[in-house]
Amino acid sequence: MAGLNNNMTSLTPPRWLLAELTYACPLQCPYCSNPVDYANYKTELSTDDWKRVLTQARQMGAVQLGFSGGEPLTRQDLPELVQHAKALGYYSNLITSGYGMTEAKIIELKAAGLDHIQVSIQASNQQLNDHIAGTESFVHKKQVAHWVKQHGYPMVLCVVLHRDNIGQMQDILAMAEELGADYLELANTQYYGWAHLNRDLLLPTKAQFEQAEAIAQAYKEKVAGKMKIYYVVPDFYEDRPKACMNGWGSTFLTIAPDGTALPCHSARQLPGLDCPNVNDYSIAEIWNDSKAFNFFRGDDWMKEPCRSCDEKAKDFGGCRCQAYLLTGDLYATDPVCSKSSQRGVIQQAIEGAQRNIESAAEKPLIFRNNKNSKTLSNPV
Amino acid sequence: MSINPEQTIKFSPTHRLQWEEAQQKFVILYPEGLVELNQTSAEILKCCDGTLALAQIIATLEEKFATRGLTDDITAFLEVALHNGWIEQ
Repeated sequence: MAGLNNNMTSLTPPRWLLAELTYACPLQCPYCSNPVDYANYKTELSTDDWKRVLTQARQMGAVQLGFSGGEPLTRQDLPELVQHAKALGYYSNLITSGYGMTEAKIIELKAAGLDHIQVSIQASNQQLNDHIAGTESFVHKKQVAHWVKQHGYPMVLCVVLHRDNIGQMQDILAMAEELGADYLELANTQYYGWAHLNRDLLLPTKAQFEQAEAIAQAYKEKVAGKMKIYYVVPDFYEDRPKACMNGWGSTFLTIAPDGTALPCHSARQLPGLDCPNVNDYSIAEIWNDSKAFNFFRGDDWMKEPCRSCDEKAKDFGGCRCQAYLLTGDLYATDPVCSKSSQRGVIQQAIEGAQRNIESAAEKPLIFRNNKNSKTLSNPV
Repeated sequence: MSINPEQTIKFSPTHRLQWEEAQQKFVILYPEGLVELNQTSAEILKCCDGTLALAQIIATLEEKFATRGLTDDITAFLEVALHNGWIEQ
């Protein structure tokens, strides 16, 4: 029976489509979730290709749509795609750095049917924001946040947390309140791609993390009913892995700029998946029948201790990309789990970051840009 | 935060209640969020049109489904909905 594993896990429709319109981005954040070798993928889907993808995914059941990148505003056809999404009944989210956004564009996108804009800010002060973004952008980002509110969108402020800004928690919360954020996403860095490269410089200490979390939790109660806070935990300090992607091939569908369909936005780094491309297959064929989307569906692929674990239906063995990145085995239990025999690699990562703090000659951050991407992905 | 029985209840203007053909169910949509509803929850939320207060919503649904004794279930669900920001007063 096509699309079903032999343990008969029932196939659910995609409900979340992440459309990574482009890898082009004027910012250079050193924790970017794009692949390190993104500069090798030069082609981008055309407007018509994207429209076909949106239509087919909607027919399958996708209803939440994220326009992301890179910086999606660099695509001139964004309003046309938003309009197409609106006609299909999607709830569309624009995930932007705000760079290049104008008030006229905000109005144009609203008229086209965009539901929500998420603006990222790198820190609560200009100096650190502009350093981390690798671009002067702080003042403009705050202006964009004001326009988003002014034109009636729900406003989500996203701040990625790491060692350099986690100590600003109090100021970050005050900034979100001042900007009138309806939602604040406090996303502890997830260590893939560029963040993995820069982990020794980005991973906060446990004391930093605990202090920031306590401040955020107290604030969450204070603003209940006014501002919603999404707190994405740094799983290195947890003892159970995250339920990655709500289960592989169960909910999320990512389409990369070149049309490659991915079960999660990091899956491009996993070997042997043979991720299909929307230029060759329909979304239904990709979702139901492709090797990549069936690879970790259900639990037949699991090894011990996951296989006999009574929590396997809750966290699905954790994140496949993290397992591969940290243990070299994509079938291994996510090493974040305290039941993993390889939990030691997490401890080593924490200690490595600690050593780096104490070391006199701290190594510099590797910023996400074309030059670094080419150098790192095509070593001489 | 709890339901004021004197005031009318309306669905949040920053959320969207939508029928999903592929899933044959209603969903609530909001920034980067999706809640799939069972039929009962969807029926209750459809009554939150800003003209009815709690007692009227209960009466409407008891009449529609020709039944009695829905007060506790409907009140409990609306408390959850209010807490989650799906409805407002």
